[in-house]
Amino acid sequence: MARQPDGPPPPPTVQKLRIRYAKRGRLRFASHRDLARALERALRRAQVPMAFSAGFSPHPKISYLGAAPTGSASEAEYLEVGLARRCDPEAVRAALDAALPVDIAVIEAVEAAEGTGSLADRIDTSVWRLELPGLSLAELQPAVEAFLASEVVTVAKRTKNGLRDIDARPAVASASAAEEAGCAILHMVVRQVTPAVRPDDVLAALAAVADLRPPSPPRAVRVAQGRLDDTGTVADPLGPDRMASTRCQGEPAPV
Amino acid sequence: MTAELRTTAGESLYPRLEPLLAQIQKPIQYVGGELNAQLKPWETADVHWALMYPDAYEVGLPNQGLMILYEVLNERPDTLAERTYAVWPDLAALMREHGVGQFTVDGHRAVRDFDLLGVSFATELGYTNLLEALDLAGVPIHAIDRDESHPVVVAGGHAAFNPEPVADFVDCAVLGDGEQAVGDITDVVKAWKAQGRPGGREELLARLARVDGVYVPRFYAVSYGVDGTIAAVTRTRDDVPERVGKRTVMDLDEWPYPKTPLVPLAESVHERMSVEIFRGCTRGCRFCQAGMITRPVRERTITGIGSMVEQGLKATGYEEVGLLSLSSADHSEIGQVAKELADRYEGTNTGLSLPSTRVDAFNVTLANELSRNGRRSGLTFAPEGGSERIRRVINKTVSKEDLVRTVTTAYANGWTQVKLYFMCGLPTETDEDVLEIAELAVEVIRAGREASGRKDIRCTVSIGGFVPKPHTPFQWASQASAETIDHRLRVLRQAINADRRIGRSIGLRYHDGKPGVIEGLLSRGDRRVGRVIERVWREGGKFDGWSEHFSFDRWTAAAAEELAAFGVDLDWFTTRERTQHEILPWDHLDSGLDKEWLWDDWQDALSEEEVADCRWTPCYDCGVCPTMGTEIQIGPTGRSLLPLTVV
Repeated sequence: MARQPDGPPPPPTVQKLRIRYAKRGRLRFASHRDLARALERALRRAQVPMAFSAGFSPHPKISYLGAAPTGSASEAEYLEVGLARRCDPEAVRAALDAALPVDIAVIEAVEAAEGTGSLADRIDTSVWRLELPGLSLAELQPAVEAFLASEVVTVAKRTKNGLRDIDARPAVASASAAEEAGCAILHMVVRQVTPAVRPDDVLAALAAVADLRPPSPPRAVRVAQGRLDDTGTVADPLGPDRMASTRCQGEPAPV
Repeated sequence: MTAELRTTAGESLYPRLEPLLAQIQKPIQYVGGELNAQLKPWETADVHWALMYPDAYEVGLPNQGLMILYEVLNERPDTLAERTYAVWPDLAALMREHGVGQFTVDGHRAVRDFDLLGVSFATELGYTNLLEALDLAGVPIHAIDRDESHPVVVAGGHAAFNPEPVADFVDCAVLGDGEQAVGDITDVVKAWKAQGRPGGREELLARLARVDGVYVPRFYAVSYGVDGTIAAVTRTRDDVPERVGKRTVMDLDEWPYPKTPLVPLAESVHERMSVEIFRGCTRGCRFCQAGMITRPVRERTITGIGSMVEQGLKATGYEEVGLLSLSSADHSEIGQVAKELADRYEGTNTGLSLPSTRVDAFNVTLANELSRNGRRSGLTFAPEGGSERIRRVINKTVSKEDLVRTVTTAYANGWTQVKLYFMCGLPTETDEDVLEIAELAVEVIRAGREASGRKDIRCTVSIGGFVPKPHTPFQWASQASAETIDHRLRVLRQAINADRRIGRSIGLRYHDGKPGVIEGLLSRGDRRVGRVIERVWREGGKFDGWSEHFSFDRWTAAAAEELAAFGVDLDWFTTRERTQHEILPWDHLDSGLDKEWLWDDWQDALSEEEVADCRWTPCYDCGVCPTMGTEIQIGPTGRSLLPLTVV
């Protein structure tokens, strides 16, 4: 039997917060592990009463949802943290935001509502915005059209086990080209599938179908995450929790 | 020309660097913005320091020395200090291709623009990285080719106690504690700039050479005899000191740095904050350069430690505090420090650790206090020598019985992992001495299984080759060859694996003997070794502390070719035993230790005689206190830590 440390078990989780945060600017180069470390330390500095797992190596109860790749900025990253003492979500948001570097912003914190399902079930899609410096709309537009017109676009993806061919086309629900201040912008809605199709893979696909090769590395921002509905809209994953918290006690949940 | 170059001084290179970062591994290490990092406007400072740790960011960032100087310098309103680290080859290649120079991670400013480049050498294996950084920065690698527009390259850290191998590449070296020395250097540079840079670089260096603890190699000429040994080291100016003495900070409580330790986003080698609880060590382990050159012992008081821990935890959010020193359990109030800190942080999941514990100073109460609020990590002991005989030679005396008893006690009290550190290739060592490590490990596991009633306890034996260092009693010793080291490691591994039922509980971690030979060349080398370093770097050598980058063959080939002209070779610097009156390359650099005392201690080592710690027994005349005008500063203070008020 596994040995247990002496003394009482750690206090249980009494409240779960769901937090939306952003990584911006220079910190787009932070990896998921870097961010997780920074967030855990900031939670401690902000004296948020995190719940801990039992055992000889207690870990704070934090879970992260699908992280944006290293090098991509994001306005919509999510985590869930268990607390050992009830707190006002907005107070936690403000304290955590103040404890983090400026390039990590805590945008919203809500209490996880009972019976509304898990956060992971509410996220299956990312909305991306890619700036492509050195490319014009006239160059990007036909490439995007060619890509959307294709049924299969095979690209080589670097994985732990070396290069592997994947089809980048089916994951892309929609894509469109635009231009801002002379710089081409690619907007796209991409389903979170396995193996993942990332912005780099879509760019590789544009190179494959239309020989589009941006002269300098693109800047990608994940604008939103959520569940993709039949109309092509991505729903806010914190919506159900927010609604539950604004309902009066005793009021029935909307059907 | 110079004026034109300086008009854009201090400008950020980030816009040019950013596109490169998208193409490389671990870009986070180059973006800065760590918690507690500082960024000052360029124009507000009179003196600009770039501080470098010549290894990868993940190794360099947690370095205490650099963090201390970074804060001390930035506290001065007239001074700006930023950090720079060795750049991995993937980014270095892109920087060369796109003309982006070595930069600081704080302001992404060109190192070329700074007044001073301070480089901290904890190990000699960083020398090639210095050359790479200078070259990337657009600064001539040879000090003699620099003009007054280039930064003054200042070496510090333990390796600076023999900077002769890098004498051609650095402008000066600082011996000893840097806290006060960097302030004095800053004053000199500031005054010289304010006066309109009179006398150019030569005059600036001459002024720096008169600062206590600062050695300027170009003002000392070295001549060699027919047998290859040094004939004389002579001053070339009479306004510089004949011997350069080290700096010593006497009151650690007056220097509570780092106050706000840097916390990286990237993973680093130490995921904790550290508080230095004392500096210096008088245990007298004869192999230990750190213990010899940092004397005397100066303790931080229990209240000083308490406030640094409190302030540091608040500023960082770390969950572990390392109580740092060369032998932390030797602090005169360590029991009370551990207990009262554990009381203060009860229920906060904040762990304490002692990075180095002597077997004879360990006790279970102390270890339990350390792990009361945090994770119970493994225990590490460093007997260093396998046999009692060799432990007498190195003056790290502990009996086999005590060692087995201590480790067994740890197992009986719930620890399942114990790590034991050893060296091989020590002076007078035979195969038998090393084989006793296996006997010891086997006995530890046997006794531990019996005492704990458990089969899953483990003991890891970690062993590396010994490298003789300057300013130690072993500075005269013959270094064991790579073949000898590798042979002894082989017989040790066979002995440990002889009985599988026990051997499977013992892990063996070791490094082969080759890197140690090169470290030996660089440690006890003289100025002639500089040509070897330069050649290795020109042929692509860098990150020599990393096995995937280190090339033994490149080093041996470069040594053979560059040293031949002088009639010496790699063995001459490493395996050759020195004679009593040979002029050693570092004799004109004064660590305070009396050379005669060092020789006597070397003779005592050979006759297996021990010397006791002067903290608790009479002075044994190592020379440091009278030479440096210092004295031992230890407690107990009798003070205690009050509970923190709950927020």
